[in-house]
Amino acid sequence: MDFLKKNVDKIVALLTVMVLALFALRIALFLTFSPAGEGTFRYWMYDVLGIEAAAGEERPALPPNQVAWPFDGPLGQYDMASVRRGLQVYRESCSACHGLNQIAFRNLTEIGYSEGAAKEIAAEYTVTDGPDAYGDMFERAGRLTDYFPSPFANQNAAMAANSGAAPPDLSLITKARGDGPNYVYSILTGYGDAPDGFEFNSDVTNYNPYFPTWEILMMAPLFEDMVEYQDGTEANVEQMAADVTNFLMWTAEPNLDDRHKMGFKVTAYMVVLTILLFFSMRVIWRRVKK
Amino acid sequence: MAKHKYTGIMGWIEDRLPIFSLLDNAVGTGYHTPKNLNYWWNFGSLAGFALVIQIITGIILAMYYNPSAAGAFESIEHIMRDVNYGWLMRYVHSNGGSLFFLVVFIHVFRGLYYGSFKAPRELLWMLGLVILLLMMMTAFTGYVLPWGQMSFWAATVITEFFSAIPGVGTDVVEWLRGSFAVDNATLNRFYSFHYLFPFLIVGIVIVHIWALHVHGSGNPKGINVKKGTSDTIPFHPFYTVKDLFGMGVFIVIFAVLVFYYPNLMSHPDNYIPANPGVTPPHIVPEWYFLPFYAILRAVTWEHLIPNAKLWGVIAMAGSIMILFVIPWIDKSKVRSMTFRPLSRIFFWIMVADVFLLGVVGAMPVDGIWIYLGQFGTAYYFLHFTVILYLLGKYEKTRPLPKSISEPVIRSEPVIQ
Amino acid sequence: MAPKGKGTNGAPHEGVTRRDFIHVLTGAVGGIAVGAAIWPMIDQMNPSADILALTTTEVDISQIDVGQSITVFWQKKPVFIRHRTEQEILEAEATPLSELKDPQTDQSRRIKPEWLIMVGICTHLGCIPIGERGEYGGWFCPCHGSHYDTSGRIRKGPAPTNLLVPDYVFDGDDKIIIGAREA
Repeated sequence: MDFLKKNVDKIVALLTVMVLALFALRIALFLTFSPAGEGTFRYWMYDVLGIEAAAGEERPALPPNQVAWPFDGPLGQYDMASVRRGLQVYRESCSACHGLNQIAFRNLTEIGYSEGAAKEIAAEYTVTDGPDAYGDMFERAGRLTDYFPSPFANQNAAMAANSGAAPPDLSLITKARGDGPNYVYSILTGYGDAPDGFEFNSDVTNYNPYFPTWEILMMAPLFEDMVEYQDGTEANVEQMAADVTNFLMWTAEPNLDDRHKMGFKVTAYMVVLTILLFFSMRVIWRRVKK
Repeated sequence: MAKHKYTGIMGWIEDRLPIFSLLDNAVGTGYHTPKNLNYWWNFGSLAGFALVIQIITGIILAMYYNPSAAGAFESIEHIMRDVNYGWLMRYVHSNGGSLFFLVVFIHVFRGLYYGSFKAPRELLWMLGLVILLLMMMTAFTGYVLPWGQMSFWAATVITEFFSAIPGVGTDVVEWLRGSFAVDNATLNRFYSFHYLFPFLIVGIVIVHIWALHVHGSGNPKGINVKKGTSDTIPFHPFYTVKDLFGMGVFIVIFAVLVFYYPNLMSHPDNYIPANPGVTPPHIVPEWYFLPFYAILRAVTWEHLIPNAKLWGVIAMAGSIMILFVIPWIDKSKVRSMTFRPLSRIFFWIMVADVFLLGVVGAMPVDGIWIYLGQFGTAYYFLHFTVILYLLGKYEKTRPLPKSISEPVIRSEPVIQ
Repeated sequence: MAPKGKGTNGAPHEGVTRRDFIHVLTGAVGGIAVGAAIWPMIDQMNPSADILALTTTEVDISQIDVGQSITVFWQKKPVFIRHRTEQEILEAEATPLSELKDPQTDQSRRIKPEWLIMVGICTHLGCIPIGERGEYGGWFCPCHGSHYDTSGRIRKGPAPTNLLVPDYVFDGDDKIIIGAREA
C-alpha cells in the first residue's frame, strides 16, 4: 500500500503510456495490413476506434473488402499492365456515365503507351474546340493535349439522365472515399440479389451492401467477358474490378511510383544523416560533465 | 573602433551592424543555456523549423494556386499532376501543418509540465499562446483553400459560429463571408489572410525568442541558474548540434508521412470539389482542432441557459484564453513537476482529458459521446482553475536542489 | 544545417582527429541533403508538364490570300504566316548575302516560296514587329527600330539575328502544323 502511495504518479504515467502504446500498436497494425499507404484519417477513426458510421445513418455500408494491391506499402508500385487493362474497362464500361476530367491523353504515355498509341486513343474521341475565326465552336478529333471528354454536357444534364444523381467524376474517386481502392473494388464486386425481406426505399436502386443504405442507383457495371483483354487475361468480374481499381488509383495519384521510390531514398539518407548527427552530438557532449 | 573579436570583413561589418555578435548571443557561444535540458526542449527549435518549411512550400504553392471558387480545386490538381515536384510541395505543406501543430502541442505541454509559464517568463508564455492562436487561424484559412467539400463546409460551419453573437450575428457572418453564403469572396479573403498570418507569426516568434533570451531557458529542475557557472553551457555547439539531431529525427518521421501516408491526416471528402448543395454526412475538422471542436459542441443545455451556441463558442475561446492567466492561478514557487508529486498526477490526467476531448471531437454528437464531451470540457476548465489553484496553494513539494549540478560535488568549470 | 565549430572547442590532446572527422563527415552528408532538398524548389519553376505538352499548332492557310498575313499562337508565342507576293519573293532571293548581318538565303528560310512562317518576336528584346513596314518592306519593330526584309532577315537596327523560323510541315496544301518536323 505504501508502495502504491509513493509511486502513484509513476503508475498513472505508466498506464497512460500503455494506453497510448496500445493505440500506437493498433495504428501500426492498421498501417501495415490495411489499405497501406493510402489510408485516411477518417477510415482510421472508424476502423481503429470502431465507430460504425455517421449518426442516424440507416444501414451503414459494410467495411470494404481488404485487397492486397500492388501499389500498397512503402515499396509498392503500379502494375502497369493491370492499369492499362483498367483503362480498357473504363473506356468500354464506366465512361458511358463517368467522366475522367483530370486525365489528358498525353498522360497515357505514363502507363506504358507509346506517343503514337496515345495519339490513336485520343483520336478516337471527339472534342469541342473553338471558337474558330468566325466565332463558331467546332468538333475535331482528340489530341494528346486534350482531356478525356465528359459523358454529359454539364451537371444538370448528368442529373437529368440519371434519376437525379449525377455520376461522380472518377479521376479522384479512390482518394475521395475512405479506404478508396478497397471501396471501389467492393462496390464493383458487391452487387447481388437482395436477401429475402430486404426493403428497398426506391424502385430504381440496386442492392449493394458496400454502399451506404445498401441501395445504389448505379446498375452492376461489370459482367463476365464483357471486355476482351488483348493480353489474354480472363475477364471475370473480380479481374475487371481489380484492373479498373488499379487504373483509378493511378488517375488519382499518378506520381505514386515516383513518390515511393523517392521516399525510400530520402528516408534512408535521412536515417544515416540522423545517426551521424547523433554521434557528432555525442562527441561534442562528451565535454559536458553531468 | 568597437571592442569585439571579429576581424577582416566580418569586423568591418560588425563595426557598422553588430549582426555577428547578435547571432552569437542568440544561438551561439554567447548564449548561456542550462546544461540539463532534455529532449523535450528540442520542440521549440523544431517548431521554428516547421514554420520555415511551411513558409517556403507555401510561397511555392502560391505560385500556382488560383484563389477562385472556379479554379481553386483545379489548380491544386494541376500542382499535384503537372508542376515539377508539385505533389511533393503540396504534400509537404499539407502534412507539415499537421506536424507543426504536433510539435507545438508538445512544446506547450512541456511548458505546462516544467512550469515554463511561471515568473519571470509569463510574457514569454503569453506570446507563445498568441502564436498558437495565429497558427490556428492560419491553419483554418489554409484548410479552406483546396475548395473541396470539407473546405467549403468547414468554412461554412466556422463562420456560422459568429451568428451566435446576439443582435448582430447575421451581419457579422455576412461581413466575414463577403456574401450571403461562403463564396468566391470568402475564398479570396481567406487566401489573403493565409498568406499574411505566417508573417505575423514570424514577427511574434522573434519577440518570443527575444523574451526567451531575457531570462534564458527554464530547465527540467525548474530552478534558476547563474550564467557562466557550471550549470550552464554555451548554446553553440552543444544545443545547435542537439537541435540538428532533433531535426534529423523529425525529418525522418516527416518523410515517412509525406512519401508513404500523405493523405493519412486529411479527409477523403476534400478530394470532392466543393458543392454548396450537398453537406457531407459527417463534418470533422483537422485532428489538431478536435479537442476544441469537442468543447464547442459540449454546451447543449438549451433548457438551462439560453443561447447554448453562444456559450459553446465562448467555451472554445475560453479553453485557450484560460491558459493566458494560469501564471496567476498556479502560484506555486516550484516550477518543475519533478518536485511536485501531486501536480504530476493531475498533469497526466489533464493530458488524458485532452486526448479524450480529441476523440470526442471526431465522433458524432450522439449518445455517450455527448456526456463524455461535457465531462471532458468540465474537467478541462476545472483543472486550469480550481485544481491548479489548490495545488499551487496546498501541495507539499519536494525540496529543490541548490543547483543543476547538485548533488554531484564536482565544481570545476565544465568547459575545457 | 551543417553543424559548425567542428571541434573548435575540442581538447588539444588525444582524439582530435577522430572528433573532427565525425563532424566533417556529418557536415558533408548534411550539406548534400540541403542541396538535394533545394533542387525541387528550383525545378518547380520550370514549365510544367501541361505546358511542355503544347508542342504543335495546326493552322488552316486556305483563306489567306496573296499579300495577306495572319498571326497565330504556337507555344504561347505569336507566329507570322505570310502569303508572299512574287515581288517579295524576288526581292528576298535577290539580296546578296554580303549585305546581311545574319547571312541566310531566302531558300533556307522557307519550305514553299510563297509561304513565310516565322516566330513573330523581335530578336532584340522580344517585341512583336509590325508587318509591311520599315525600309526593307518586311517588318519593323517599333520598340527599338529594327528593320527586317521580306524574308524576315535583320537589315538595320539593334536586333542581332533574323526572325526565327520554327519547325513546321505542310499537311496537304491547305494546312500547316507548326512545331512538327518532317518524319
